[in-house]
Amino acid sequence: MHTKTIKELAQGLRSREFSSVELTRHFLARTEQHKDLNAFVTVTEDLALQAAEAADVRIANGDTALLAGIPIAQKDIFCTLGVKTSCGSKMLDNFIAPYNATVVEKLNEAGAVMLGKLNMDEFAMGSSNENSYYGVVKNPWDKSAVSGGSSGGSAVAVAAKLAVCVTGTDTGGSIRQPAAFCGITGLKPTYGRVSRYGMVAYASSLDQGGPMARSAEDAAILLQAMAGFDEKDSTSVDHPVPDYTASLNQPLAGLKIGLPAEFFGTGLSHNIATDLANAINEYRRLGAEIIDLSMPTLKLAIPVYYVIASAECSSNLSRFDGVRYGYRCENPVDLTDLYTRSRGEGFGKEVKRRILMGTYALSAGYYDAYYLKAQKIRRLISDDFKNALAQVDVIMSPVTPTNAFGIGEKTTDPIQMYLEDLYTIAINLAGLPAISIPAGLSAAKEGGIAMPVGLQIIGNYFTETKLLNIAHQYQQVTDWHQRMPYGFE
Amino acid sequence: MSANQWEAVIGLEIHTQLATKSKIFSGAPTAYGAAPNTQACAVDLGLPGVLPVLNKDTVYKAVMFGMAIEAEIAPYSVFARKNYFYPDLPKGYQISQMDLPIVGVGHLDIDVDGDTKRIHITRAHLEEDAGKSLHENFHGLSGIDLNRAGTPLLEIVSEPDMRSAKEAVAYMRKLHELVRYLGICDGNMQEGSFRCDANVSVRPKGQQAFGTRAEIKNINSFKFVEKAINHEIERQIELIEGGGKVIQETRLYDSVKDETRSMRSKEEANDYRYFPDPDLLPVAIDDAFKAQVKAALPELPDAKKLRFKTQYQLDNENAAILTSFRAMADYFEAVVQISGCDAKLCANWITGDLSAALNKADLDIGASPVNTRQLAGLLARISDGTISGKIAKQVFEELWLHPDANADQIIDAKGLKQITDTGAIEAIIDKIIADNPGQVEQYRSGKDKVFGFFVGQVMKEMQGKANPAEVNKMLVAKLKA
Repeated sequence: MHTKTIKELAQGLRSREFSSVELTRHFLARTEQHKDLNAFVTVTEDLALQAAEAADVRIANGDTALLAGIPIAQKDIFCTLGVKTSCGSKMLDNFIAPYNATVVEKLNEAGAVMLGKLNMDEFAMGSSNENSYYGVVKNPWDKSAVSGGSSGGSAVAVAAKLAVCVTGTDTGGSIRQPAAFCGITGLKPTYGRVSRYGMVAYASSLDQGGPMARSAEDAAILLQAMAGFDEKDSTSVDHPVPDYTASLNQPLAGLKIGLPAEFFGTGLSHNIATDLANAINEYRRLGAEIIDLSMPTLKLAIPVYYVIASAECSSNLSRFDGVRYGYRCENPVDLTDLYTRSRGEGFGKEVKRRILMGTYALSAGYYDAYYLKAQKIRRLISDDFKNALAQVDVIMSPVTPTNAFGIGEKTTDPIQMYLEDLYTIAINLAGLPAISIPAGLSAAKEGGIAMPVGLQIIGNYFTETKLLNIAHQYQQVTDWHQRMPYGFE
Repeated sequence: MSANQWEAVIGLEIHTQLATKSKIFSGAPTAYGAAPNTQACAVDLGLPGVLPVLNKDTVYKAVMFGMAIEAEIAPYSVFARKNYFYPDLPKGYQISQMDLPIVGVGHLDIDVDGDTKRIHITRAHLEEDAGKSLHENFHGLSGIDLNRAGTPLLEIVSEPDMRSAKEAVAYMRKLHELVRYLGICDGNMQEGSFRCDANVSVRPKGQQAFGTRAEIKNINSFKFVEKAINHEIERQIELIEGGGKVIQETRLYDSVKDETRSMRSKEEANDYRYFPDPDLLPVAIDDAFKAQVKAALPELPDAKKLRFKTQYQLDNENAAILTSFRAMADYFEAVVQISGCDAKLCANWITGDLSAALNKADLDIGASPVNTRQLAGLLARISDGTISGKIAKQVFEELWLHPDANADQIIDAKGLKQITDTGAIEAIIDKIIADNPGQVEQYRSGKDKVFGFFVGQVMKEMQGKANPAEVNKMLVAKLKA
């Protein structure tokens, strides 16, 4: 059951081949069996079975919603009524959300069955899921390698088939990078496409929720249920939601693909460059035209991102003060002690580093030099994409410079870790949609374990349908997305 | 230097609570006085994941204010976060406006000692209020009430154009009158709907440069504003004359001790790290919206006052009093219209007897037991000579006690109708002359003062209902006969 697509499962549920309760029990059992991956922070077994029973009734009554009865899981950044919402932090280890995020509400309405909450880097800050209060998430392709982050638990849950599909969030690559590391399909939608209400904020102007699944088709079905204007989120866009599955089968003849030289230069591992060259050739065979591009501002994306994201996070995380909810230090002697110890003890190292960087960037006397300048460069980066996307339909690039690296390998050098997001960050700064799809399995070194390689496809605003179509067409002629890590078949 | 060689420089920052049904960024109600934390929703509590959504009514009201002070309305204004930690500030930042406020430079004209002075307003911006810390003893802890958190405020910042506490109070009163006129703020100072911070400095007269200023926080009555500013001016002059220096700081006014004391110096001031709030879009205001607000703008106090002076021939004082509250101006115009009486008579009654009675009962004119129709009915009877002004006061007292009655019923029931029947008056006069031969003798020998005695006797006999002019005329004729 766990290798079937959403459409196949929906069919199976309706032909009474299995019930949602059976399907849910099956996935719960896999979750238990592969506990060592540490993909889940919380498994909500009872709630899942209740939801599955309700879904079975819906289906029996003729409900045609594709997600009805399908076991999914939520990244632990989305608030879930009555369920712990930790955001991967000790700060929220005791936080039971009193409301549902809009995304959670929508998936509940669609009849999806939530199995639990997924591990993540603390407050979505990290590229390896090593910054979680609940411990590192292991990559099913190689348990000594990282899952990627911050949606590491999400990517692993899909790759190890602990859930059919899951939610993730992406601020600088947090959906696409773990998707690439784990060999799954992850889509970061256009900023404003998916409501941020109830999604614990890291960097508000960059955060965007999106689907993570085994294929473009499954991702399209999940996005369909997640997307849409939300009056509770002023930055969500009141733009009609198209049928994301309607044009999956559109042929790609005449498609113009741009390849920015800046994304294929030094720093990119040889095995990834080779796999991507093959993937691009595949697109050529499908009728696409390849155009070389130059996007000179891309190299500025990392410093700009770390100024803006840190600045926003320094303010967004101020509410975690030990006063109303979350972690509070023992026996504070006064207000300052309450603040400093609650925050000092409740936040992890990386979170504190970014709060400090952001506080500095916004301080009197530094604001113009850092924050304001970063915002100006951000506009230049957007313009660069605008110009590029005027010449081509989509841009293709690597997702990561290397394969999933070893657990502990980069934890001592934050700059090395930040460089992981080289190819993904600029897309968030521009607010564009991008999808990461499996496009190879290869080892960096001779004789090493072959690990998944991701291809990134970047489109213009609100072209999710196009991106899914382009990804789906590739998945019709390749089987990288169907490969399974040993032991998880 | 003596005190009159110094000049004070004062600017005010006034926080007006906008009279909206719900909060500025959430749907929670804004009503005052509810049990703690019963009017705070997830957004007001700053729960993880919540987002602000701008209440459009606050924009409408801010634009109304901007138009009333002839200010520029920003076509594009931006909300910014003011970051600081405090237990009653749930998000760790206040959403306010910094670089691009919704209302730009405008002005308000004040009258001080018969002169008109223009006070410039630098800006007015929208922001959310914080909650309240309750330092009563909750098992040794402080409590927090977040009902007020997210209440919409319009902060109105003046230029340092005022030169005395008196001018500052005149400006504050004028602004208070204006926001209530516009219906954008209930003006209730006890409940904190209209709060004032004052920036005060002194300089030698003739000097151009400003002295170092101190900011006095949270002065919540007109009386205290005047006292606090005067006290601060004195403190600064004494300090400088004693060889000291004023330091830039925030001071708190203690109304019990009538003094200000230091709260924090500039060095201790927070670095608020303002930056545009990424959760909110810029507020765009186009000409169509402005036209819509303008069309709905009520007649403003200054324009109304001028109209009252020309249309109703009122003197400056009556026009000023009648236009100080929109409700009073409306009351006046209704009475004039219904009664058809001389506007001055109406004005005198409203600013006189009615206002006195309302003050005594501590009521607003909107809650007056005597409504416009009743007062108009009473004034009509004075105009047509049915009753005298003196009797009218009696009728008014009855009306006050009987809100369902009208003047005619009272005049009839109490038999207060003025007697103009000369026969009846003549008979009484004859009787009084007959009964008081001594006084008649005195009058006839030239003691004019005795005349008053006769008038009094006649009126007494007739229970005040005789037409005084008629009585006078007839008495003179009879006595001289």
